[in-house]
Amino acid sequence: MTTAPGTPDAHVGTPPAAAPAARRVLAQAAFEARMILRNGEQVLVTAIVPVLALVGLVQGTFVELDTGGASRVDFLAPGILALAVMTASFTSQAIATAFDRRNGVLRLMATTPLGRGGLLAGKVLGVLAVEAVQVVLIGAAALALGWHPDPAGLALALVGVVLGTGAFTALALLVAGTLRAEAVLALANLLLLVLALGGGVVVPADRLPGPVAAVATWLPSGALGDVLRGALVDGTLPLVPVLVLAAWTVGLGALTARLFRWH
Amino acid sequence: MREHLDSLDVPHSPAVEVRGLVKRYDGRAVVDGLDLTASAGRVTAVLGPNGAGKTTTVECCEGLRAPDAGSVRVLGLDPVADGPALRPRVGVMLQDGGLPTGVRAREMLDHVARMYADPVPTDALAARLGLDAFARTTVRRLSGGQRQRLALAVAVVGRPQVLFLDEPSAGMDPQSRLAVWELVRELRDAGAAVVLTTHLMEEAEGLADHVVVVDHGTVIAQGSVADLLASGTGTAVDDDGTLVVRVSADVDPAGLRERLGAGFGVEHRSASSFAVTGPVRPGTVADVTAWLAERDVLVTRLDTGRRTLEDVFLDLTGRSLR
Repeated sequence: MTTAPGTPDAHVGTPPAAAPAARRVLAQAAFEARMILRNGEQVLVTAIVPVLALVGLVQGTFVELDTGGASRVDFLAPGILALAVMTASFTSQAIATAFDRRNGVLRLMATTPLGRGGLLAGKVLGVLAVEAVQVVLIGAAALALGWHPDPAGLALALVGVVLGTGAFTALALLVAGTLRAEAVLALANLLLLVLALGGGVVVPADRLPGPVAAVATWLPSGALGDVLRGALVDGTLPLVPVLVLAAWTVGLGALTARLFRWH
Repeated sequence: MREHLDSLDVPHSPAVEVRGLVKRYDGRAVVDGLDLTASAGRVTAVLGPNGAGKTTTVECCEGLRAPDAGSVRVLGLDPVADGPALRPRVGVMLQDGGLPTGVRAREMLDHVARMYADPVPTDALAARLGLDAFARTTVRRLSGGQRQRLALAVAVVGRPQVLFLDEPSAGMDPQSRLAVWELVRELRDAGAAVVLTTHLMEEAEGLADHVVVVDHGTVIAQGSVADLLASGTGTAVDDDGTLVVRVSADVDPAGLRERLGAGFGVEHRSASSFAVTGPVRPGTVADVTAWLAERDVLVTRLDTGRRTLEDVFLDLTGRSLR
């Protein structure tokens, strides 16, 4: 049978095949990252706000900081990076996934060779790609402000970024997969604000007022801030916050796997 | 009737085989013991009112929902357990589109094409479905018909052997609908099994080789369009026919019964139409028009006997709103 160009006839005898798994996941990761970086609101939250927060807090003397002997930028840059990880892996991802779920995008992609597992892997890689852009932008701004990160801590910081991304992506998928899109939009922004101010991210948990400090230490936000500060200020990986982050990642991941609804 | 029709399916291999499917939401059975067979090289329409269980049934076939009971086989595989093997061979067009709102039309098609080893060249497919006019427009700015055409392109880009289309014509303009129907027919002729859900009679009549009428989660009739039209609910005695007459002016058709004689019934349906039932013959038509001519009334439309699929459907599923 002859068919017009563009007719998607199945090749007789040879069933159609999927592209290799790695290519599918990378394509999805690039797609996810592109969608986020093209969206003005997402760029504002993930890139512009953290950079402005860094510049404002370093230059502005209106906020008293006990930096423990470090320069203001050395003390603040790791916390701002932690905040950036939270915007990309939690706020931005929760909102994007919630609307994709409502619009049937998750279900459609789940029926392609990508599948549910590939979609999830693509999302995590897409978040890491956005974070790479954030690190470049925030790192450049911090260096311009005189940042001297501990060179030994750079690789250790990566551990914190990956663990934090795991925990906050799991949290993002948990809210996106259980609540209505509009509710996720509100909750994701509100939670980011609350954690940014009182979650031990930019200002360490132990500098927060008493009861808040006790809670913030055990939050994924406080743990992420402490891991990045430990790595980039002191060049060490603090054990307790690493364990706290790992526990959140496992716990939230398990909860998400149980409760996430595709419909 | 069902056994008779199934025997017609024998030369075709069943691409989709659903047996005794049950799916409950919160304890309520939305699909309740449904059987469905769809063959390669044929278009199977699942026809039913809203809430009949059509979408849930195809979602079970697509591996998006796991059945509570019964079996679903697509190309001989279990859509949930054998998902990875099956997904490259199945194309899906969801009822709500499934397209991200921020993506450009062509970008979405190219993206999904990357999931396949040997996709249809997207330039040709986009041209075929008229996507070029809005290639760089984001999905949120597309019209309903444009979205549906894009969703269809996405569904077929992997050269599927089985294609599930859930309400493909919803929100489509007539041009888009024609383009979609034409492509669906070509895919069928090229050997694909096409399963589409619809509540549009026109779509089932125009497109389907096999119609499965579903209501309350179960199959209440099936067959070709011709089979369904011939199937009666008591009125299809060979000699009996129906003549539905639309007229230009209001007439009281009571006098017409005397003219036609015994064995005929005349029913006033509205100010401008009435129905004649009985042994309708060519002469009957002449009698009716002559009687109207004497009263200077013009026939604006005349339907002889054949029920429409809509009549069958309404007889089967009831006329009450739901």
